[in-house]
Amino acid sequence: MSKQTRRNAAGDLVIKSGSVVNPDGIRRADVRVSDGMVTEVGENLEGPNLLDAEGLYVSSGFVDLHTHLREPGREEAETVETGSRAAARGGYTAVVAMPNTDPAQDSVHVVRFVREQGRRAGLVDVHPAGCITVGREGRQLAPYASLAAEGVRIFTDDGNGVQDPLVMRRALEYARDLGIVLAQHCEVSSLTGGAVMHEGSCCSSMGVPGWPSIAEELMLHRDIELVRLTGAPMHFLHLSTAGSVELVRRAKKDGLPVTAEVAPHHLSLTDELLAGFDAVFKVNPPLRTMADIEALRAGVADGTIDAVATDHAPHPARTKELPLDQAPPGMLGLETALGVVVTSVNPGPVRIAELLSWNPARIAGITERHGRPVAPGEPANLAVWSNESVWTVSRDDTASRSRNNPYHGMELRGRTVHTIHDGEIVVRNGEALK
Amino acid sequence: MRHLLDTADMDVPAISGLLDMADHMAEINTRAVPKVPALRGRTVASVFMEDSTRTRLSFETAAKRLSADVMTFSASTSSVNKGESLRDTIETLSAMGVDAFVVRHKSSGVPAAVTQWTDATVVNAGDGWHQHPTQGLLDAYTVTRSLGAGNSMSGLTVAIVGDVKHSRVARSTSDVFHRLGARVLLVGPATLMPSGHCGGPALPGTECAPDLDSVIGGVDVLYMLRMQRERMDSALVPDIAEYSCRFALTPERAKSLREGALVMHPGPMNRDVEMLVDPAMLPGSRILAQVSNGVSVRMAVLFTLLGGAPGGLVETR
Repeated sequence: MSKQTRRNAAGDLVIKSGSVVNPDGIRRADVRVSDGMVTEVGENLEGPNLLDAEGLYVSSGFVDLHTHLREPGREEAETVETGSRAAARGGYTAVVAMPNTDPAQDSVHVVRFVREQGRRAGLVDVHPAGCITVGREGRQLAPYASLAAEGVRIFTDDGNGVQDPLVMRRALEYARDLGIVLAQHCEVSSLTGGAVMHEGSCCSSMGVPGWPSIAEELMLHRDIELVRLTGAPMHFLHLSTAGSVELVRRAKKDGLPVTAEVAPHHLSLTDELLAGFDAVFKVNPPLRTMADIEALRAGVADGTIDAVATDHAPHPARTKELPLDQAPPGMLGLETALGVVVTSVNPGPVRIAELLSWNPARIAGITERHGRPVAPGEPANLAVWSNESVWTVSRDDTASRSRNNPYHGMELRGRTVHTIHDGEIVVRNGEALK
Repeated sequence: MRHLLDTADMDVPAISGLLDMADHMAEINTRAVPKVPALRGRTVASVFMEDSTRTRLSFETAAKRLSADVMTFSASTSSVNKGESLRDTIETLSAMGVDAFVVRHKSSGVPAAVTQWTDATVVNAGDGWHQHPTQGLLDAYTVTRSLGAGNSMSGLTVAIVGDVKHSRVARSTSDVFHRLGARVLLVGPATLMPSGHCGGPALPGTECAPDLDSVIGGVDVLYMLRMQRERMDSALVPDIAEYSCRFALTPERAKSLREGALVMHPGPMNRDVEMLVDPAMLPGSRILAQVSNGVSVRMAVLFTLLGGAPGGLVETR
C-alpha cells in the first residue's frame, strides 16, 4: 500500500533538477506538484517532499494505446491492478484497455467494471476501449453512442480484424458523427489460418504455417480506401511491415484522417528468434524481418508512425509452454517500451514524449488529463525517465502477473525512474509504491 | 551430440561417421541372432503423440536389437486424453528412469521443448512439418549404399516430388542430400512448396522445378512424397486427379527414368495418388530397402547418442 498520502496533502512535491520536456523544447527546471496539479515550473523550488530528477527528463506521463489487462476473464494472466502497476513502472499514467476480455468490452456494464477496477488500483487511468462489433465477431455493430456516453473514445476488435468490408464501411459511417475513432487490427484472416510466425525463409525451414505480410497490407489498403470514402478517422494498430509504412505514408500525404502505431517488438526483434521454437517470441502480428524493422524505424523517424503502443499481452507460463502452434500469441511490453524505443530508434527526448505521450493521448481522445505540457495549471500526470541508463532486463523483475518477456537477459538503454499519477508518486526509483 | 532434433545438428563428418556405424548395424541385422548387448540396462521410451506405427516399430526394433529396454507411450492410450500436459508426461516418465526419449508430435518444435523437461537424450521421430532426421539419414544411407561412392552424393541429382511444404521428410532428406553433395530439385506445384524468401530457394540448398516430365530423365534418384488427399480442401490443388496427372509416377513416366536410377518413397504409399506404378515392377525401387535400412540407421543413432560400449557390438548372445 501507499506510503505516500494521496496527493501529498502534507505539502507540495517538488521534482528537483530535471530536464522538462515540452513541445516547445527542453529546459532544466524544478516542477512543483500540489493537489494533483502542476503549480510551478521554475528554478530553486523547495518543499517538504523532494523527488530527485538530476540527469533525468520530466515529461507528461506516457499513454499506452494498446494494453491487454485480461480482466475480466483471464485473471490468471493479468488483472487490471497488476497490469496498471506494470504500466506505472513503465512511466505510463494512462492505458487504453483492449476489449478482448471475457466478456468482451462491448457493453456499458463491462466498460464500467474495467474502469472501476482501474480506479480501485489507482496507479494509472484505465480507459477501456469499446468493440467495433458485438463480441468482436465482425457482424453486428457495438452500441457506440451508448459507450461514448460512458466516455469510451476508441473502438477496436483487436485480436480480430473486421473481415467484412460492408461491416467496416457501416462502422465508419456510423462512428463518424460521434467523435470517436475506430482502430483496426489489420489481418485478413483467411490468409493467416493456423499461422505461427512471419511467412519467410525461417518459417519455411521450421515447417510451420506462415503469416504473410500481404495479410496485413491488404486490409490496411482496404481500410484506407474506406476512410477516403467515408471521411471517418481511423487508427491502425501494431503495424508490422515495410509495405504498411508506405501505405500509411501515402494516405497521410493524401490528407486522410489516419493514424498509426507500432509496437516496440516490431522495432527491435526479428523472426529468426523463433528458430528455437520458443513461444515467448510468438506474437500477432508476428516478428518480421530486419528490412521491416528498418522501414518501421524510418516511419517513426519521419512521423508516418504517430505512436509507439506496447500491445502488452500477458500469458501464463502454462500456455506459453504449449507447442508453438498451440501457444497463444503475445508478449509483455509495458515495462520495457521506453528502453526499446531508446535502444532501437533513439529519436531524442522531444520525439520520445511525442511518440509515447502526446500523440497517443490525442489518438485516445484523453487530452484533458494526459499528454499535456508540463506547466502550471496542468494535471500532474508525469514520467521521469532516462535515455542513458543501461540495464539488463529480467523477466522476474516485473509487476505483471506473467513472465512472457521477450527481452529477458537483453541489455536496454533508457528506463523510467519515477511516475507521478494524479499528483501522487506511484513509482519511485523504479519501484511501485502501491 | 546429446540429442538428434534436426539434421542440422550433425555436420558432414558426423553424418559420415553415422552412416559407417550403420554398416556395422546392418551386419548385425544379418546375423542369425540379430541382437547385441550394447545398450543393455538402458531404457528407451518412445513417446508417440501422433499415430505412426511404422516409425515407432522401427525405433523399438532398433532399441531391442541393441538390448535396450523399451517403454511405449502413445497418446491414444494415455492420460493425455485426461488433460495431462506433455511436460507432465515427460517429467513422469523421466522419473521412472529413461535414458532416451524418441518423440513424435504433430506440432513442429516439440522435441526441442522436451529437452528442457528431461536430462535424457531426445531423438526427434518427426515433428509437424519440421524435421524427421532419422528419415534423412536412412535415405542418405540407402542412396550411398546403392550407388556407392563412400558416403558422398557428389555428382548425383535427386528430384523430391510432391507436397514439400507440409513434409518433414523433405526438409530432413533435402538437407542431408544437399550437404553430402547432391543436387536437389524440389518438384511440385508452387502451392505445395514452402514459401521461400525474396525469390530465394524454397529450402536451403535446393532448386525448384515446376514440371516432373522435364526433369525425370536426368535424375539419379526419384524421391516421391506422400500426397495427403485433403490438400484440395484448402485450395492447394484443384483435385487429386489433376495432381496425379502432373506429379504421379506412372508407368509411362517410369520408362523415362535413366537406367540405374533409384525410386524412393518414405511410406506409406498412396498407390492411387502419387504411385500409379507397382514399385515391385521397378528395378530401381529402394522402398523396402529404406525400411530395413531404417532399423540399422536408428540403431546407429541410439548407439551413438547413448554412448554404447563399442565392444558391445561384436559380442553375440
